[in-house]
Formats: sequence, structure tokens, C-alpha cells
Amino acid sequence: MPDTLLFAMEAAANGLTAGVMYALVALGFVLIFKASGIFNFSQGVMALFAALTLVGLQSGQIPFAHLINAIFGTRLHYFGFTLPTLAAIAGTVVVMIVFAWLVERYIFRHLVNQEPIILFMATIGLAYFLEGLGDLMWGAEVKRLDVGIPQGMSLAVDETTFNWFGYGFYMDTLELWAALIAAILVGALVVFSQYTKQGRALRAVADDHQAALSVGISLRFIWVLVWSLAGIVALVAGMMWGAKSGVQFSLSLIALKALPVLILGGFTSIPGAIVGGLIIGVGEKLFDFFMGPLIGGATENWFAYMLALVFLLFRPQGLFGEKIIERV
Amino acid sequence: MLYREAGDFKTSYTSDNQTFPIRFDRYGYYFVLGVAFLVMPLILNDYWTNALVVPFLIYTIAALGLNILIGYCGQLSLGTGGFMAVGAYASYKLMTGFPDLNIIFVILLSGLVTAGVGVLFGLPSLRIKGFYLAVATLAAQFFLIWLFTRTPWFFNYSPTGMISAPTRTVFGIPVTGASASALSMYMICLVFLVALAWLARNLTRGTLGRQWMAIRDMDIAAEIIGVNPLWSKLTAFAVSSFYIGVAGALLFAVYLGAAEAGEAFGIDKSFLVLFMVIIGGLGSIFGAFAGAFFLIAGPVLLKIMLVDNLGWATDLAAHLEIMIIGALIIVTLIMEPHGIAALWRTIKEKLRLWPFPY
Repeated sequence: MPDTLLFAMEAAANGLTAGVMYALVALGFVLIFKASGIFNFSQGVMALFAALTLVGLQSGQIPFAHLINAIFGTRLHYFGFTLPTLAAIAGTVVVMIVFAWLVERYIFRHLVNQEPIILFMATIGLAYFLEGLGDLMWGAEVKRLDVGIPQGMSLAVDETTFNWFGYGFYMDTLELWAALIAAILVGALVVFSQYTKQGRALRAVADDHQAALSVGISLRFIWVLVWSLAGIVALVAGMMWGAKSGVQFSLSLIALKALPVLILGGFTSIPGAIVGGLIIGVGEKLFDFFMGPLIGGATENWFAYMLALVFLLFRPQGLFGEKIIERV
Repeated sequence: MLYREAGDFKTSYTSDNQTFPIRFDRYGYYFVLGVAFLVMPLILNDYWTNALVVPFLIYTIAALGLNILIGYCGQLSLGTGGFMAVGAYASYKLMTGFPDLNIIFVILLSGLVTAGVGVLFGLPSLRIKGFYLAVATLAAQFFLIWLFTRTPWFFNYSPTGMISAPTRTVFGIPVTGASASALSMYMICLVFLVALAWLARNLTRGTLGRQWMAIRDMDIAAEIIGVNPLWSKLTAFAVSSFYIGVAGALLFAVYLGAAEAGEAFGIDKSFLVLFMVIIGGLGSIFGAFAGAFFLIAGPVLLKIMLVDNLGWATDLAAHLEIMIIGALIIVTLIMEPHGIAALWRTIKEKLRLWPFPY
């Protein structure tokens, strides 16, 4: 087999695992958009905040230590004990649920019936608030996140591909794990929305707000529920990205990468988010592989958006989105 | 008492249709202009000019431009930072390529170049709407910044990848480069702002502005009554990009002096200008001023309060600042979704009746 093809296949395989990461963030967007029509820009910052909280709880940091030190002149930093990973994850889930409740109670309850753009702006405001809060609570330095997932080159993949093609592919074990965890998460979400009472209520709300209200489904409860779910999805995404490249501000920028994914898949489709993520992941890796050397590299910065732009010109509702019908 | 329209009789259509139909407003406007041109140059010192006034003037131009696109024509755009970069790099290429060209023309030409790029990226708006369009404009933002950082021709092959403004003069007074005084920076920005704000006000109440608003309110209905969506959307993109390009050129050439695309015109600039438009009020010229003032003065005042008075660390203050800005945006949206301009309108309504509430 020619070498270029092998390298391209390797790039594509790595693109698939990167795409899973994008899909994870996009999933959080879709959940909230379906249930409440809110285009939640803060999803990426929620991932950052969740990851920061996880690291903070794990290493026993005192929240707002810097702020307290600045006001009272104390020198607090750590409680002096560390939590096991599972307990820290549980703690973070609780924090994200409380956050979901606060968001519903203090922001979106007051913005019911506003235009979508106003709601969108409110989530940008929320993103800023959360970013500042995260930094203020846990400090802004880059943190290492270790949740016990092995990292580095996957020897199994290397060996198998070497036996098949005579060339070992380089793939990160962490990304393989991430793909697996994402698959489990999506499976759990599907089971939840198909077979539980709350899941059915969720789908009813996504279908029609008023009809759902009239059969006695509490919209507020559902909103808290989806924001909590989005928070948990954000936690998983934050964990994966954080373990890969450290918990830092750039983590929140993956939210922007999730936008073209959403465009490709359609705002309202969960399978769309996954397929869109994979297409973007593979597409940008392959494009950079073939075209990058010719036009100066780092095409990953914009390729996804350009792809989404071109795609939109032909199919404005995305791959799996509902057809847009407009009437006067 | 003071603010009333009784006795202010209109005798012609022109006087009835003027921008400030109430006499008090009109005098207020002349007063503000007089203060800006005559009094401010005397009392401004270098610190306040650099930290507050010049950025306020420049960002107001950008906010005016974005307001035309979002507030008047209803096309959501997140590409402001990229378009500002186009203005900045165009002015740089023009300044270095044609050293004899007056800076005023350089800045206007940069605006025109940006308008062309804006029309190009506005083309998808004919098929895409709402959030989908916002994501499509993100493509402009990231692609343009990538282009400017990766193509050496744009920064004249300088090893650092930075562009820096050479000294250019207006009537013999340097306004760009290291030797420009704060006062000359202030004056050139002010002249551009006043001219562009006047233009924006008159564009938006003429035929073009009405077409934009028809498209904003419901594009299909507008099309049926004979508004050409191609023409109105693309003119909105062109005019808006022109303003944003001028703001970018001023920001680089006059204010910053040296810039690097990724750092000076990143996605955060797009959001900053978007916030100005939203907080100030969509579809309002006054709103652009109010929003820009709010978001430029707020952080400066917070920094003075926290860092200089309380002696906090700068990064801590910066975090608190982001948090407060985020919270302010949410609070403004909850209290008055139509921005400071709507608040101002309410106050004026109340003032007209004051002190007799009925």
C-alpha cells in the first residue's frame, strides 16, 4: 500500500477520535436547544468550569482562596486532604446540578418568552460570568487533571495496524477511552430518554411546549433537568479534554468548534451531533494533511467553519435537522 | 419642567422630520458637540484620553456598524473582529504602499476594502438565517485572522508578524505613529465618529434604512411588498463592514500603533462589540454610544477601584471584571431586553410629564 494512503488513514483515524470530543460538546448544545430553544453558548465554559471544579475537589483546594487572601490578607490555599476521583466526580455532578437549578431560577425564568437572540446573549453573559467565577474560585493557572485514564501511545493499535499494513498507526489511548466513554454516555442518554418517565417528559417538551404543559409536565423541572444533563455532559467533555491538554482557558474555546458540528448535524438532532462531530474531526485532519503543507498549515483553525459555511449553502437545515418552513 | 414640547410648533415637514424634534434635545445635541470639540481638548489629559476616550470613540464606530447589521437589518454576525482586522491590515498596506496618500483617505479606503470583504461574506446570508448565519460569519472571523497571520505579504514580511503604523500627518500634525499626541488622536477619532454617526442616522431613516428594517421584521413579507432582499442585505453588510473597517483602521493606526491579527482582533473583539450593541440597544444610534461607553468605562473604573485603590492583584481584578461584566449583561437583559436606549426612552417619556404625573 502506498505510504500516503497509510498516513491519510492514520490522520483519519485520529480525526475520528478528535471528532468524538467535538461531538461530546455538541451533544450538550443539542440537549438544551431541543428542550428549551436556548442556544447555549456557555456549554464550553461549563466544560471548563466542571473540569476546574473536579480538579479543585480532587486536590482539596479551598474555593475563592485567592479572593479571601486578597481581602483578609490570609494565606489559604489547600484544605490539606485530597478526595478520591470518584468522590470528586460525584461532588462535581452535585455542583453542576445546583448550577443548573440556579441558572433556571435566576436567569431563564425571567427571560421566558423573549426572542431567541436575547436568550442567546444571556448565555454569552453566563459564559463570561462562569469563566470569571471558575478562575476566581479555583485560580487561573493551567492544571493537570488525572482521572486514572491511561495516556500515551496505544500499543494495541500500533501492533494490530502493523500486522495488517506493515505500518503502526499512532493513536492516543486516552482518545480511544474518550470514544468509548462517549459511546456509553450517548447510550445512557438514549435509554434515559426512551425508557424513563422523565425522559419521556423531556421528549414531550422538545416536541411541543404548550402541549407538554397542558398534560401536566412541569416545564421548570424539565429545564433544570436538561441543564443538569448538559452539565454532566460538559463534565465528561471537560474531563476528557482536560486530561488530554490540561485544564485551562482554551478548553472553553472548544465550544466554538462545536458550532460547525451543530450546523452540519442540525441543531435538534442527537445523532446529527455525533455524525457532524465525526465528519468535522476527520475532515479537518485530512484537509490539513493534504492541503496544509501547500497553504501554510494550521488550517484546523478555520476549516470546520468553512466546511459548515459551504454545507449550509446547499442544505440550510443541516444533515438531520427539521426542514425549515417559513410562512408569512 | 425643562424637557417639554409645548410651544414647540412645527411649520414644515422638514422641521417635523428632523432628528431631534424636541427643542431641548436639539440644544442638548449642539451642547454635546460643542463640549466634545471645544471643551474636551482643553481638559483631557493623556491618561484619560488613552485609557477611556479614544477607545470609546473607536468602539462606538464599530458598534454603530454592527448595529446597522444586527439592529437594523437583523443579520446576526460574529465576524466583527475579522472585519476590523481587514480594516487594520488594509490601512497598513495602503500606508506602506502609498506613503504620500493622506491618512484620511487611507482610512476611508480601508473601510471600502472591508466593505468589499463584508459583502463577500454576506452572500451566504441570502440563504442562511439566524444562528446558522452567526456560525457562518464565524468562518469569516477565523479564516481572515488565519490569513493575516499566515500570509507574510500582509505584514510586509516583518519577522515578528506584527504590523506597525508609520507616522502620517493631517494638516502637518502627526496623528499616527509614535509622535502623535493624545489630542490629535482624539480629534481624528472624534471627526470620524461624528461624521459616521450623522451618516448612520440619516441612512437608517431613509429608503435604505426602511428596507433594512422591513427585512429585519420579516424578510418574506418584505420581499412580497417589493423590497429586494439581495440588495438590502448586501448593502447592510457593506455599510456595516465599512464602519467596522474604519474602526479597525483607527484602532490599529491611531490607537494601538502596532498590532498582531490574532491578538488584537480575536473572537473576543467580536463579542465585545456585540455586547455593546445588545446592551446599548438594538436598532438605536444612541444605543451604540451608550453600549460602547458602558463596556469601555466599566472595566476601566473597576480596575481603578480594585487595583489602584484596594491594591488587588491584576489577574484577580481581571477575573472579577469578567464576572461582573457577565452578570451585568444578564441583569440588563432581564431588566430591559432592549438595552440602555430603551431605558433612556422611558426616562424621556417620564421627563416630559414631570413633575405632574398625569
